[in-house]
Amino acid sequence: MSLRIYAIAYLIFLYAPIILLPIFAFNDATIIAFPLSGFTTEWFGELMTTKALHGAVQNSIFIAVITASLSTILGICAARAGAMYNFPLKRGILGLVMLPLVLPEIIVAVSLLIVVVQILDLGLSNWTVIAAHVLICTPFCIAILNGAFQNLDPSMEEAAMDLGESRWSAFRLVTFPLVMPGIISSFLIAFTISLDEFIIAFFLTGANPTMPVYIWGLLRFPSSLPIVMALGTILVALSIILLTIAEILRRRGMARVGVKDKGGFL
Amino acid sequence: MVSPPLVYALLLLAFPLGAIVLFSFWTQNFMDVDTTFTLNNYREIIEKPIYFALLQRSLFVSGTVTFVTVLLAFPVAYFVSFHVRPDRKSLWLFLITIPFWTSYLIRVFLWKVILGYNGVVNTGLLNIGLIDEPLTFILYNVNAVIITLAHAFAPFAILPIFVALEKIDRSLLEASQDLGESKFTTFFRVTLPLSMPGLVAAVLIVFIPTIGDYVTPELMGGAGGKLIANMIQTQFLALNNAPLGAALAIVAMLCVTAISLLFVFLNRRYLRGRS
Repeated sequence: MSLRIYAIAYLIFLYAPIILLPIFAFNDATIIAFPLSGFTTEWFGELMTTKALHGAVQNSIFIAVITASLSTILGICAARAGAMYNFPLKRGILGLVMLPLVLPEIIVAVSLLIVVVQILDLGLSNWTVIAAHVLICTPFCIAILNGAFQNLDPSMEEAAMDLGESRWSAFRLVTFPLVMPGIISSFLIAFTISLDEFIIAFFLTGANPTMPVYIWGLLRFPSSLPIVMALGTILVALSIILLTIAEILRRRGMARVGVKDKGGFL
Repeated sequence: MVSPPLVYALLLLAFPLGAIVLFSFWTQNFMDVDTTFTLNNYREIIEKPIYFALLQRSLFVSGTVTFVTVLLAFPVAYFVSFHVRPDRKSLWLFLITIPFWTSYLIRVFLWKVILGYNGVVNTGLLNIGLIDEPLTFILYNVNAVIITLAHAFAPFAILPIFVALEKIDRSLLEASQDLGESKFTTFFRVTLPLSMPGLVAAVLIVFIPTIGDYVTPELMGGAGGKLIANMIQTQFLALNNAPLGAALAIVAMLCVTAISLLFVFLNRRYLRGRS
């Protein structure tokens, strides 16, 4: 019983900052502190009229969509290979692909910065951010897709090929529908990670900042903090919706291939 | 089938990591980079006490964050694995991971609001009457950095421990109690050793990435709470000295890796000593 109380207290600790967000987003004061003064939707209105923010949001969505697509494709390749085939150096290769999960993000950021700017002599742009985001999102995609590809019976695809389908059409008609929920779930998780990622984007962003980089700039100006709170409220609500959909689909996908759900995907 | 992700990882991970090692042996010469091999960057890191101090503080912060996070996380993972109905486990894990995915920057900033001079903690304690004036040791120093990082990395610690606990055969616990151990000694002699792989994974997955976080020390640390990652960032962006930044990044990584390997080694010896 005391363990349950502790776990609930821990959840409150985890949610403490997020609960404060909407409170200050609707608070009628420019200082982010208690006591609260009154209710207002002014800050949300101001979000609508800030041009620079719209540019940053568009940028971030562009980066997140491309990142999510590419890392999900790479994730499918790795998860399928990991689940269905044996090949030399399997552990080492999958280990290398999963490495960004534990590598400090600043290392990924500075090493790519050196390669892009100093060695290849290219400029920074949205594409440099995408390249790095794909790298850090792929391990998460693989972790989610492993759940979808594990226990997937290879004989189903073989049966389709015996019945006259080509290798590709067997994958498309048999495996693909089975792992579809996992694929969408992986896409949504990668999208959320990329949209929220700051440490790497700050190093690799070009002339047009991403949304977290823009928010970082705002945090220096006390007068713009209420707007940040309003923006944060929208972002948290959006992420929770996306993550809930991802979670539902992940479970559905595991149920479809008959894997018992063991909980989280890490 | 595995080749696309492998090629991608080689091109964008292995190659850049090689490049950063190479770069650390070069020097910055105003606008361009002098490519003659030299150990000057490493010499500078050893000779200037500021780098050593930052590195020491960073390792201390990462170590403390890891200890605190894993210690606080273990009972939660234990609770979800042993005391939550199987069909409710996913829901609990989902609730635990949600805060981790949302608005990292803003979350860190809100800790400032919670711990600040007029913050939630201080106004709360003042109103209850527990303190007479606001506490100042909880913001703009190393403590604030530790609290914020322990919050940010919590799910990373809970999930691996949970997975390890789930794998434990429950009949072993019954056997232990049938053989006369109490619940308490069963935990320490059976459950804890068997959950060790998850515990080790949790330690590594918290300890290694925390060394690379510069956002939390920048926002929460004040003047005395800056860490090595802030210095790496400054060398690369503000001071435009990429080779020294690269050398700092490598030194930091080597320290973290060495400590991690030592930890894994000691853990193996501990487990072997028991069996």
